[in-house]
Amino acid sequence: MNVEIKQLEPILKKYEGGGRDQLIPLLQEVQNTVGYLSRESITCISRKMNLPASKIYGVATFYNQFRFTPQGKYHVQVCRGTACHVKGSAAILEALQKELGVNPGQTTRDGLFSLEVVACIGACGLAPVITVDGEFHARLTPELVGEIIETYRRKAAENVKA
Amino acid sequence: MLKPNSGCDCGCAEDAPCLEYLPSLLGESVKEDEAQAAKRAEWLKLNRRDDVKKTVIFVGAGTCGLGAGAGKTLSVLKSHLADKKIDADIVEVGCFGLCALEPIVDFQLPGKCRLSCHSVTGNNVAAITDQVLAGILPKDNALCQYDSQTLKKWDSVPLMAEHPFFKHQTRWVLKNCGLIDPTSIDEYLASGGYKSLSETLNRRTPGEVCGLVEESGLRGRGGGGFPTGKKWKFALGTAAEQKYLICNADEGDPGAFMDRAVIEGDPHRLLEGMAIAAYGIGASKAYIYIRAEYPLAIKRLEKAIAQARQCGLLGYNILDSGFNLDIIIKMGAGAFVCGEETALINSIEGKRGMPRPRPPFPAVEGLFGKPTVINNVETLANLPAILGNGASWFNAIGTETSKGTKVFALSGKVCNTGLVEVAMGTTLRQIVFDIGGGIPKGKAYKAVQIGGPSGGCIPASHLDIDINYESLKTVGAMMGSGGLVVMDEDTCMVDVAKFFMDFIQRESCGKCIPCREGTRRMLEILERITRGRRKETGNDALERFQGVMDMERLAKVIKDTSLCGLGQTAPNPILSTLRWFRHEYEAHVFERRCPAGVCTELRKFVIDPEKCVGCTVCSKVCPVEAIEGKRKEPHKIDFDKCVSCGACKEACRFGAISVE
Amino acid sequence: MAAIEINGRIAEATEGETILTVLRRIGVRVPTLCHIDGLTPTGACRLCVVEVEGMPGLVPSCAYPVRDGMKVQTHSPRAVRARKTIIELLLADHPDDCLYCERNGCCQLQDLAEELGVRKRRYAGGHRRANLDISSPSIVRNPEKCILCGRCVRVCEEVQAVSAIDFVGRGCRTQVAPPFGEGINVSSCINCGQCIVACPTGALREQSDIKKVSDALSNPALTVVVQHAPSVSVTIGEEFGLKPGTDAVGVLTTALRRLGFKYVFDTGFSADLTIMEEGSELIHRIKHGGKLPMFTSCSPGWVKFVETFYPDLMGNVSSCKSPQQMMGAIIKTFFAEREKIDPKKIFSVSIMPCTAKKFEAGRPEMGRDGLADIDAVLTTRELARLIRLRGLDLNTLESDEADTPFGERTTAGKIFGASGGVMEAALRSAYYLLTGAEMEDLNIKNVRGFDGIKEARLNINGIDVGVAVVSGLGNARKLLDEIRAGRDDLHFIEVMTCPGGCINGGGQPLKVDQEAVKARMRALYKIDREEALRTSHSNASIKRLYDEFLGEPLGEKSHHLLHTHYVERDVV
Repeated sequence: MNVEIKQLEPILKKYEGGGRDQLIPLLQEVQNTVGYLSRESITCISRKMNLPASKIYGVATFYNQFRFTPQGKYHVQVCRGTACHVKGSAAILEALQKELGVNPGQTTRDGLFSLEVVACIGACGLAPVITVDGEFHARLTPELVGEIIETYRRKAAENVKA
Repeated sequence: MLKPNSGCDCGCAEDAPCLEYLPSLLGESVKEDEAQAAKRAEWLKLNRRDDVKKTVIFVGAGTCGLGAGAGKTLSVLKSHLADKKIDADIVEVGCFGLCALEPIVDFQLPGKCRLSCHSVTGNNVAAITDQVLAGILPKDNALCQYDSQTLKKWDSVPLMAEHPFFKHQTRWVLKNCGLIDPTSIDEYLASGGYKSLSETLNRRTPGEVCGLVEESGLRGRGGGGFPTGKKWKFALGTAAEQKYLICNADEGDPGAFMDRAVIEGDPHRLLEGMAIAAYGIGASKAYIYIRAEYPLAIKRLEKAIAQARQCGLLGYNILDSGFNLDIIIKMGAGAFVCGEETALINSIEGKRGMPRPRPPFPAVEGLFGKPTVINNVETLANLPAILGNGASWFNAIGTETSKGTKVFALSGKVCNTGLVEVAMGTTLRQIVFDIGGGIPKGKAYKAVQIGGPSGGCIPASHLDIDINYESLKTVGAMMGSGGLVVMDEDTCMVDVAKFFMDFIQRESCGKCIPCREGTRRMLEILERITRGRRKETGNDALERFQGVMDMERLAKVIKDTSLCGLGQTAPNPILSTLRWFRHEYEAHVFERRCPAGVCTELRKFVIDPEKCVGCTVCSKVCPVEAIEGKRKEPHKIDFDKCVSCGACKEACRFGAISVE
Repeated sequence: MAAIEINGRIAEATEGETILTVLRRIGVRVPTLCHIDGLTPTGACRLCVVEVEGMPGLVPSCAYPVRDGMKVQTHSPRAVRARKTIIELLLADHPDDCLYCERNGCCQLQDLAEELGVRKRRYAGGHRRANLDISSPSIVRNPEKCILCGRCVRVCEEVQAVSAIDFVGRGCRTQVAPPFGEGINVSSCINCGQCIVACPTGALREQSDIKKVSDALSNPALTVVVQHAPSVSVTIGEEFGLKPGTDAVGVLTTALRRLGFKYVFDTGFSADLTIMEEGSELIHRIKHGGKLPMFTSCSPGWVKFVETFYPDLMGNVSSCKSPQQMMGAIIKTFFAEREKIDPKKIFSVSIMPCTAKKFEAGRPEMGRDGLADIDAVLTTRELARLIRLRGLDLNTLESDEADTPFGERTTAGKIFGASGGVMEAALRSAYYLLTGAEMEDLNIKNVRGFDGIKEARLNINGIDVGVAVVSGLGNARKLLDEIRAGRDDLHFIEVMTCPGGCINGGGQPLKVDQEAVKARMRALYKIDREEALRTSHSNASIKRLYDEFLGEPLGEKSHHLLHTHYVERDVV
């Protein structure tokens, strides 16, 4: 049994006996704990909930929130809502792609950053906005993107040293 | 955080609500002696903040405030108070509505009116605090002050009601947002909260509640505008052992954040509204379906639900009325289509969020096959006031068919971005120019996009339209949930349409063919229009023209045949922009240029020979060798080769290159 | 009762039934793609839209209930234009390779494009790209041709209760696929092929063995032997324009010979053999306290279903091989010996109504010494293709008889092709084996027909025997769950994977309605009615086989050649 499945156990226990309506909360919790939905996790959930894996995979792939590959240390979300679009979020996304060298949905090779495009995150008044690990960075310009990423790179490097 | 209601000494726990005054707060007559009455009055005064015993500092810490740096403001403020040993309470409040000027921090000194300051960042919060505590007005940051009959006013600071941003608003739903502590049920109770629920449970039958809501003229604030009372009556009239109420807080429209602000700033208002609605339809279980992207709102809700349960305002046998209600929070997992009622039901049931055909309607056969009413956050948040003040109070405001107020999330190219609540019938011009402060940088207004992806654009010629459900339809838009994005002359309307089509085709659930395939084709038609001609073959050109010719037919079929509201309104972004900005389309299609200079591939760069010094930098950065010219002589761009990347313009140090 | 107006004419209807039901009853045809009779409507394809007075948009007739006084226009220009546009949209994302498509001429999308007069590519644009999934021995998936009607998904879930596939992803990136982006071979697919029958386009088809068989037929070193399953003779005719339910066994035999098969055998023979073994096993279990109820094992989809989802009940499944495999085993042993052919030089082909048979033939248990019992399985459809390929006209061929000894069958072996047939045949022989006498009335009518679960109780020689007949694995699940929960009044249960049995198998001719399937079943019982030999134990060739080779039912040779074992499989 690998580490992942060990992490799963308490969650599965919590949801034991739950009906189909508990599936999405369960998947959310698994993702929060493990970081993504691995094949092993889904198979495990499938057995516990007595639901075909195809159904679970079908549900999980329907929603934007679920990932099937591990996330980067810092998860960058780029808002592509209307207000952000009008204020130039396309350029922000482009700058990020250039800076990180990955496309949305991918994780950088060093595992530091994963990039995701999200629908409106509701900070339209501060457009354009990105979040890095839930931390907001507002009123961005493409020039600022590099600086922001750099601060996280430094943070990571310091952590490694420490 | 410190507990603000220091007036209470009943022994209640620090983070739990005080139950001592609950009966009287809910309107019951209680026997008390003079001393008790005085104590209660004092408690009420402090919890209503009619005055404070010591300084209270309110920090706007909603998601937008935090986004603007309120987190830093807060931490600096805390350490500043500690360092200087200043005895003051800090209260984190929700969004005040004026996002453009966040972070907003209010100061209430004993005996003085509450002063609101804007742009209080980590850098200046210490200085501003010192100033205010010393009784000096921080002039550059003062926004407004709250009116009070008893407290001393600050000099030369406008009252909130006089401030241009607030003057034209009618804040009913947002009444408490940014004012009260959203984590304190006491403050909500002190402001008269849960009184409507108590009265409703004691004095009205569910049928009467439905009748009253119908009479008030309240219509769904989530988009469709279906009369709320009528919807309830369907569910009330369907006999079933179990019924459900669902609060739709899956605010997915890009450009909308009203629901989040209401929940973050005043969660109990929503809970009270839900309890009233559940009672009205006979539901004993309710769900709040909220986006997972709103962690703070979820936290606030969880706390509020726990508090309400402790007070007996939720749960078993609420206020001894025999009415039970459990509220469960369900986090959405990110799918715009789940805003659609039947898709939302599927999602709660743990399935793919794909809409179901109707009939059967959810009010008859909804969640788990049981009668279900789905209302939007704003609709529900309107209820406490409607039940409290009566139907005629509510429908006195508004237009013939649309009553009450509407909250809009004002964003885009407008000075005062933020949350505004206006009476139905307010003109668009008032919202954009009076409240919103007009377009920044002196640019010209071009359009407002209202109603999210299903809505439409309203051009300058209709700025004086009064906003209500019907009028918006006449101009090809719709109320939607309340996103209101302002666009200026720099916005390309074809690009806007493309943006929305891209959004819709990505968010289409993929179940029905017209929406799944049709939206994708519509997007492609727009992409072809905005693509440069350089690599276009004869066949591509033919496809481009054919696409344009068939666009309207396609739009009509998508509208006519799609399964759910998302699909049926999917062509709106194109139809609406085509209706008001046909000339922009024509410029793209026939002249192959983008008047606003947004569609990069259609930009035509030219070199001003007067300004060009022949430094050759541009010709070196050009990726396709489209720039020719001798050294020290003006250069020229070969348009047939140019890919409109703009690299030359960026490189030119003499400002000689511009978009034609 | 409700009266509604359809295209200006009044029609009677029942409140609550769908508009489509009424339209079909009165003979107005509106096209459908996602609709399946008997399953809940999804309203996904929108092709059946009609105009209803007072409604702002068009409404899907498959999901919209009738209201009294409703006025419906089914073929107004608006409705027809909408349908045409929908087909045009589907075609915009469809590979243009009808000429090369398996389903050319048998494709609902193609038919609709023709019917609605689509004459040009109105909408052009990007195509979904997806890989062909050839991982399964039975089913090939081509997601590019999938129009996402969801029929396969619903059949797999609602009829078969397997759910090996579902929608994956969202919007125009949606695909019907097994989980994890894997091939269908690693899913819990049981290979029944009902998804192929449900598929309106070429997105799902069988894994074809035509090439393998053709190569064998043209290899002079090989003796190519063929057997055909009981239900094939009553369905193959449909592929050549014969009325559903026509028994074409004579011309089928001729066609097979003309194709070059050296020996033509009838699987009905080994069905009789199965009855001898299985009947004896049942009696043995009853008499010696073996695991009961005993399940039949002739349907390979069902066998894999038990192995996957109910491994705890694997011991209840009869250890008998299916008739296909019994025949295969006998051919490569007894027959090879008798005819003095090296078994390695025998290429054994079976014509089956079934895609799961391809999987069964490839199971490692099904053979010995590295030699498979069966070398290739062709579905009825593939055989028809092969016949056409060789220019044979089934309508003009003369009848011929199958080869001895394995061409001789009783009608008990023939009715194997219908749900209830195995049970009826088994009971006829079990009665004889227990009492030594024939049943008075050989017709056991309450195990016949299309009901999903049929039960009966009989008294044989003082033993009260409870039997059940199930077809469609969704129904099997219900019964299995009852048994898991402790139900113990049943002794013998026949399970057929496909609803109605092999006549409705995943390898049968496509584009048929329920009426055609009923006609197929009637044809089998007509044969049973009209022929003289109606019990497996009266098959003289079977008797001879036991005398000359096998010894006795459940004997040692039988055990080696005719019985098998099962393996637990992962649910994915």
